[in-house]
Amino acid sequence: MLAGIILLSGTAVILSRNPVHSVLWLILAFFNAAGLFLMLGAEFLAMILVIVYVGAVAVLFLFVVMMLDIDFAKLREGFVSYLPFGLILAGVLAAELIVAAMAAVVVGSPGEPVAPVIAAAADVSNTEALGALIYTKYAYVFQASGMVLLTAMIGAIVLTHRQRSGVKRQNIGQQVARRPEDAVIITKPGVGQGVEL
Amino acid sequence: MQPIAESIGIAAPELVLATGAMVLLMLGVFRGNRSLHGLTYGGVIIYAIAGFALLGDAQSELAFDGLYIADDFSAYLKVLIFAAAAICSIIALPYLVRARSDKFEYPVLIMLGALGMSMMVSANDLLSLYIGLELQSLAAYVLAAFHRNEASSSEAGLKYFVLGALASGILLYGVSLVYGFTGTTDFRLLQVAVTETPAVGTVIGLVFILAGLAFKVSAVPFHMWTPDVYQGAPTPVAAFFASAPKAAAMGLLVRVCMDAFGGMMSEWQQIIAFMAIASMVLGAVGAIGQRSIKRLLAYSSINNIGFALIGLAAASELGISGVLFYMAIYLPMTIGAFLVVLSLRGADGRPLDTMNSLKGLSKTRPGLAIALLIFMFSLAGIPPLFGFWPKFAVFNAAIDAEMYVLAVIGVVTSVVGAFYYLRIIKLAYFDEPEGTVLPQESRVNGALLAGIAVFCSPLGLFLMGPITVAAARAARAMLTF
Repeated sequence: MLAGIILLSGTAVILSRNPVHSVLWLILAFFNAAGLFLMLGAEFLAMILVIVYVGAVAVLFLFVVMMLDIDFAKLREGFVSYLPFGLILAGVLAAELIVAAMAAVVVGSPGEPVAPVIAAAADVSNTEALGALIYTKYAYVFQASGMVLLTAMIGAIVLTHRQRSGVKRQNIGQQVARRPEDAVIITKPGVGQGVEL
Repeated sequence: MQPIAESIGIAAPELVLATGAMVLLMLGVFRGNRSLHGLTYGGVIIYAIAGFALLGDAQSELAFDGLYIADDFSAYLKVLIFAAAAICSIIALPYLVRARSDKFEYPVLIMLGALGMSMMVSANDLLSLYIGLELQSLAAYVLAAFHRNEASSSEAGLKYFVLGALASGILLYGVSLVYGFTGTTDFRLLQVAVTETPAVGTVIGLVFILAGLAFKVSAVPFHMWTPDVYQGAPTPVAAFFASAPKAAAMGLLVRVCMDAFGGMMSEWQQIIAFMAIASMVLGAVGAIGQRSIKRLLAYSSINNIGFALIGLAAASELGISGVLFYMAIYLPMTIGAFLVVLSLRGADGRPLDTMNSLKGLSKTRPGLAIALLIFMFSLAGIPPLFGFWPKFAVFNAAIDAEMYVLAVIGVVTSVVGAFYYLRIIKLAYFDEPEGTVLPQESRVNGALLAGIAVFCSPLGLFLMGPITVAAARAARAMLTF
């Protein structure tokens, strides 16, 4: 059932006309995926999915979609003219996959996994198990994904940061070093006279 | 569990690059964009140190519980990658300064890309393969859009990013299928798990993985991004794209096919042979009508990848060493050709990119015209020049593996390709000059150009012995896995 809802809401993400609705459908899909993880006994992944994807990514999407004023009707132009060709391609691909799968059912045997899935130890919660693996066996890829994130960060800064001229920046050192004599002029104008600064 | 210190020792080149990139980044942050030149040459030193860290005993070693492998094969490709990355960061300097995008991040991004590539060629697990690939691609997307103020550069970056993300998605889908049907991502275990009659999921997974990797080497039918990205991206970046990532992705393709899926050789051989033929034909035919030199070089790189894939399709030791030899010669040829484009500036100092700007180059810039002549003849594979020998090596491997059709199509497309290479030479030598071409502004680039030209000229044949020996050793290390 959960998988079915994921498929349905996934389709709805693509089909709904209003982009905000799309994002809401996406959130539904995320929740159901989290439900699937829970049923598989991966409660940590389920929680992460809800917190990170629903809590952060989807909300960010929502902001972006609301802020960007995109005319989606315009984007759809030309969709109909490409549709037949796209459908033909998709149909051919689907047919090929089905033929391959049928052939496998008749001829081949499902491959025997060489490395049996490691059964989770009963007394270890899967958060602990994940942590133990990430920092030992998979330390290399863990560190490398850190480098990937660093690259992404540098990239974002390179592509968006620009030096503007004429920005009034606060210079705290200067503010602290300012003395009363620099800032205040005491004058005693006579009656009926103006002040010249 | 392998002790972490031992793994770190084996993965020293990556470690040097990673820390080096971070040190350069910190220096750049504190010193600002003025430090671009200093950082670039500092980066060259870091590449040299990383290359030095490659030297060591030749046997293949696994690190990080089989996620990483260091052998002759990866060392050979890493030397190529580091050298190409170092050259590509140096040649960019005058260009970046003139285009007012001399930001210190340029050498840092190139180095992070090189780190990703060296992780790719050392990957011994589908996981580390993906992470390395992603690191390299992410740096490449940013580099393509480096000229943020120019619409064409941003377009190239965006196009590359969208298509690259799609390719990564396809690759990951394939990886998950393979994992689901075999229960492992480790290449050594996959070698055992994958047999002559594989499960259908494994086959589909392999096809998806090959599609993702074909995108990275820009083999037909996953080549569409190449001309647009090369044309839109800044010229030194295009030179980088055409060189180092190609070598890395080719190495990865060879390792995935020969090692992990060695049992399914008959399955992937057809795919690779098809990609080789399609790339050679499309690369040769597509280039004929081009007006932009960068687009033409993009088609030329598609064409060359097709030739290199012949060696892989042969799937023998001879073929693999042919691929490696091909990459070692292709890299300098293509960097040299881009360096010529980089040296073309019109009267107003702006870079030139049209074919017509080459007219009469022999009269306005005789030295540059000679270099162009050498690179074009070499890319076309005219015998006394170096570019002939790698083609000879891969055709030889194909004939040895009794793939005569492949070899014949290769020779035919090579002749077709010679047409447009010769057309460039005709423009440069037999047409009257149109407009002026400013002289070389940077001595370093001039010297590099001369050096690469000498390497590709018949004089480079003195180096052929050591390169073929190294390529053969690397291929043997790969096969006696």
